[in-house]
Amino acid sequence: MMYGDWLDIGPVGQIEAGTARTLPVEGLKDGARRELAIFHTLRGEFFAIENRCPHKQGPLSQGIVHGDVVTCPLHNWNISLRSGRALGEDEGCVPTIPLKVDAGRLYLLRAAVLGEADEVAAPVPEAATVKD
Amino acid sequence: MNAPVNVKAGKGALPAREKLVVIGNGMAGCRAVEEVLSRDGDRFEITIFGAEPRVNYNRIMLSPVLAGEKTFEEIVINTPEWYEENGITLVSGDKVVQIDRATQTVIAASGRVEPYDRLLIATGSDPFIIPVPGKDLDGVVTFRDLDDVDKMLAAADAGQARGGGSAVVIGGGLLGLEAAHGLSLRGMKVTVIHLMPTLMERQLDEAAGFLLRSELERRGQTILTGANTKEILGKDGKVAGVRLEDGTEIVADIVVMAVGIRPATGLAKEAGLEVERGILVDDHMVTSDPAVLSVGECVQHRGLCYGLVAPLWDMCRALADHLTDQPTGYTGSVTSTKLKVSGIDLFSAGDFSGGEGCEDIVMRDAARGIYKRVIVKDNRIVGAVLYGDTADGSWYFDLLKKSEDVSDIREALIFGQAFASGGALADPNAAVAALSDDAEICGCNGVSKGQVVSCIAGGAHSLDAVRASCKASASCGSCTGLVESLLSLTLGGEVESGPATMCKCTSFTHDDVRALILDKKLMSIPHVLQELHWSTPDGCASCRPALNYYLLCAWPGEYVDDQKSRFVNERMHANIQKDGTYSVVPRMWGGLTNPRELRAIADVVEKYNAPMVKVTGGQRLDIFGIKKEDLPAVWADLNAAGMVSGHAYGKSLRTVKTCVGSEWCRFGTQDSTGLGVKLERMTWGSWMPHKFKIAVSGCPRNCAEATIKDFGVVCVDSGYELHVGGNGGIKVRATDLLCKVATEAEAMEMCAAFIQLYREEARYLERTAPWIERVGLEHVKQKLARPQAIAAYAARFHYSQTFMQDDPWAKRAAGERADLHQHLATVRPVDGAFLMEKA
Ligand code: SRM
Ligand SMILES: Cc1cc2nc3c(=O)[nH]c(=O)nc-3n(C[C@H](O)[C@H](O)[C@H](O)COP(=O)(O)OP(=O)(O)OC[C@H]3O[C@@H](n4cnc5c(N)ncnc54)[C@H](O)[C@@H]3O)c2cc1C
Ligand code: SF4
Ligand code: FES
Repeated sequence: MMYGDWLDIGPVGQIEAGTARTLPVEGLKDGARRELAIFHTLRGEFFAIENRCPHKQGPLSQGIVHGDVVTCPLHNWNISLRSGRALGEDEGCVPTIPLKVDAGRLYLLRAAVLGEADEVAAPVPEAATVKD
Repeated sequence: MNAPVNVKAGKGALPAREKLVVIGNGMAGCRAVEEVLSRDGDRFEITIFGAEPRVNYNRIMLSPVLAGEKTFEEIVINTPEWYEENGITLVSGDKVVQIDRATQTVIAASGRVEPYDRLLIATGSDPFIIPVPGKDLDGVVTFRDLDDVDKMLAAADAGQARGGGSAVVIGGGLLGLEAAHGLSLRGMKVTVIHLMPTLMERQLDEAAGFLLRSELERRGQTILTGANTKEILGKDGKVAGVRLEDGTEIVADIVVMAVGIRPATGLAKEAGLEVERGILVDDHMVTSDPAVLSVGECVQHRGLCYGLVAPLWDMCRALADHLTDQPTGYTGSVTSTKLKVSGIDLFSAGDFSGGEGCEDIVMRDAARGIYKRVIVKDNRIVGAVLYGDTADGSWYFDLLKKSEDVSDIREALIFGQAFASGGALADPNAAVAALSDDAEICGCNGVSKGQVVSCIAGGAHSLDAVRASCKASASCGSCTGLVESLLSLTLGGEVESGPATMCKCTSFTHDDVRALILDKKLMSIPHVLQELHWSTPDGCASCRPALNYYLLCAWPGEYVDDQKSRFVNERMHANIQKDGTYSVVPRMWGGLTNPRELRAIADVVEKYNAPMVKVTGGQRLDIFGIKKEDLPAVWADLNAAGMVSGHAYGKSLRTVKTCVGSEWCRFGTQDSTGLGVKLERMTWGSWMPHKFKIAVSGCPRNCAEATIKDFGVVCVDSGYELHVGGNGGIKVRATDLLCKVATEAEAMEMCAAFIQLYREEARYLERTAPWIERVGLEHVKQKLARPQAIAAYAARFHYSQTFMQDDPWAKRAAGERADLHQHLATVRPVDGAFLMEKA
């Protein structure tokens, strides 16, 4: 399962802990474009999710990160980075992309990046830390 | 002990025995042999190959050897006599270089060929060397075996001879920190370079990592986190220092690489065994070849590779059971970690990253330097991090491994086994009720249970009242839960609740937190969280921005602004819009503008295709629809025309509205426009509890709407009326008259003083209107009654402004924090492959 096709997106140091950075994916099927947000939490974990709040498409990459949760910058929904689910009273879910860290570099599951892997990506991405 | 020890199997060995060959004379290899021997001493004829020229020793004790707490002799596990007595042939200092599965033989470096019936691979792991220039220089060492320790000791001795050497340890994990500790005890000046923001991030959360770091720094080590090694510098083929990605250079006589380990799988892979990260084994430690087994750090079992000894013991048991035909099977291990650095108590087990359905129970005792966090999921402990007091570590670990339901002891869990153990004591109230009268409740103030109870009986019916009358829980607050239990035990349901706490992460109020920040000289968010016993590991989206402001206000010159604790608008210095783009509002001092500025704005609108530009309600222009990537360029263009950030996005000074005043208006009494510009020049850039608006009207007709502003000036013939606490927003509130002054200079000083009072006293996200309603106008008037007091507040404001007044746009336009504005990269799939474009 973890030995699928992984896409190297560069060293871990590019993302300050407690923040996220964006990764646009262009030229998908039918010319579609999506944007991913790669998070680095204060506890040193990395997560990748789609950069669209399930509420009204707020850019989650711009929210405040606490624990493994991001608070959407538009209307303060709290989204779990682990599962992509909205927490508390709110309901909604954002796609997660399996991510792993190996020797200080970040890798995303290729099929999930292409948005073709909703079945493959079923397991919650493993908590990824730098040295494993 | 450093010379090869070759032990020949004693004579008289039975020829019919199966031949077991072990590759790896380390902890797992020898333990496996011990387990086999204890089950059936006659079954195998055993040969052990070891690359190291010595007998098997306790590798984990290399740290105490380095630190000078143990000698090598003290850590030997299997003496030469052991091998001899058990008829084991030890071939040490001779590395196996090939396994030939077809002929069932192994070949060693010396050329020795050994046939086997069963082969056990226990090669452990290899230290991971980061591939930077200079990694092969003399003086770059790893920390894995006794030879490494000897090299470190030699470097320390050489340094000592020169009056003190320097060491750099790359890697702030368990191994790196133990190496750093040892080297520093051996007199070296040690710098630890760690890539991640938190030391031992695999075992510790940020809070515990912060405590550990503070302690190591207190002991004289330099800890650099978020630091990426770029190059190891050399001189004459020897290590001279380390250069980091950011250009920092650190002098070093020795560089210890402790960034991680890799299972040693080379032999197995070449022999065609199935290998992923480690050598694949089943539950009986059998590899893809039934004649070949493997145990220790080199294996991968059910997807996991381990780097600690506890799993090895279980693996070795399963292996021996299998080899002696009584298979049981190994199902995997849950591990726990302790750091072997004297005087530092640290324990971590299981999964502490939290997550869906997980609940954190946190207890902090700042006075004793204690942090405890237990993570519970579905009523079971899934992880624990303890710092400072690890006495209950094994108890939590036990509950975790047994996956025991803790719902009955949930409330008292964090207080440890003594409180939570079983039966009647499971209810925290019952546990507290069971305490004797002279049991200590508040360690900081030495208050016993009896004293708390009599103080409650004496009329203290709330937590605050107890804190005020007998001081229990008034200092570090860690006994708050106990005092609350006593309150409800003594009073039943009649406990009075105090003022609302800052957020769900703390039992302190905003005012408490601000006072304690000053009192205890707290200078960073992690420091506040620890000292004030936050109940969450890193706060939430509500307390983090508040704390950032309180710290900034308390320590304007010292505090380093924490960008990641700011709302997006303040982090990006622009207002986020519903489509994720931003709006940009340059400052127009007092609402004045000129052709140059208007031209620059017009150019920006065209150049960046801004879909809209609008006059705001604050007398300036707002450019809409700018992408985050374009912001720095837009700002550069606006800066070039002399414009700076208008802070339309900040909890800070927004605008100063003015009317035309005496210069043009037939009714104008004073130069309201000029005063407005001066006030804006004085106050721009300052961070506040909430947004702050000023207006100056030239006469009581009040065209600048000064009486619904936070600070409003209404000019009259005899001087200036100063109004405060107005609000035009959700709930309109007209200002109160604070005072009347005769000169512009006095108006300016009062403005500065009033703002500072508001900055120091209001709660985060409380505008001046609700603040004044809460504290009363009289309070404000009284604080600003005496000239010395006004001068002192104003002076503090001006001091703070010396740090705040530099245009954030200019710094970003010059390239600061480019990461906030650039994508990581752009990905474009092309024919099944990916094209990555770096920003
Ligand atoms: C742009 C502007 C509307 C306009 O097109 O004119 C505006 C736009 C916003 N206002 Fe405003 N307010 C603007 C003048 C005002 C005024 C008029 C004034 O300042 O004289 C008021 C009433 C006066 C007052 O504040 O007392 C005003 C009362 C509010 C409030 C209610 C505040 C309150 O205390 O009740 C909010 C909500 C808040 O801050 O929580 C708000 C919030 C907002 C936000 C920041 C909403 C948000 O969080 O995204 C809007 C940001 C738009 C953007 O991206 O630029 N805006 N807003 C005005 C910008 C002024 C400037 O140059 O900086
Ligand atoms: C300094 C230090 C401190 C540690 N502290 C702790 C701790 O506090 N707690 C904890 O649980 N764990 C700790 N560990 C980890 C622990 O030591 C290991 O998990 C354990 O030693 C692994 O046992 P092993 O037999 O798999 O590997 P090893 O003990 O490394 O044994 C492997 C042996 O195989 C030999 N070998 C390799 N290849 C060949 C070959 N081709 N031919 C012949 N021989 C070969 C090696 O030389 C080595 O001697 C620490 C490790 C170190 C280095
Ligand atoms: S009045 Fe409402 S909609 Fe209009 S700018 Fe202000 S916050 Fe936005
Ligand atoms: S768009 Fe995220 S909370 Fe509304």
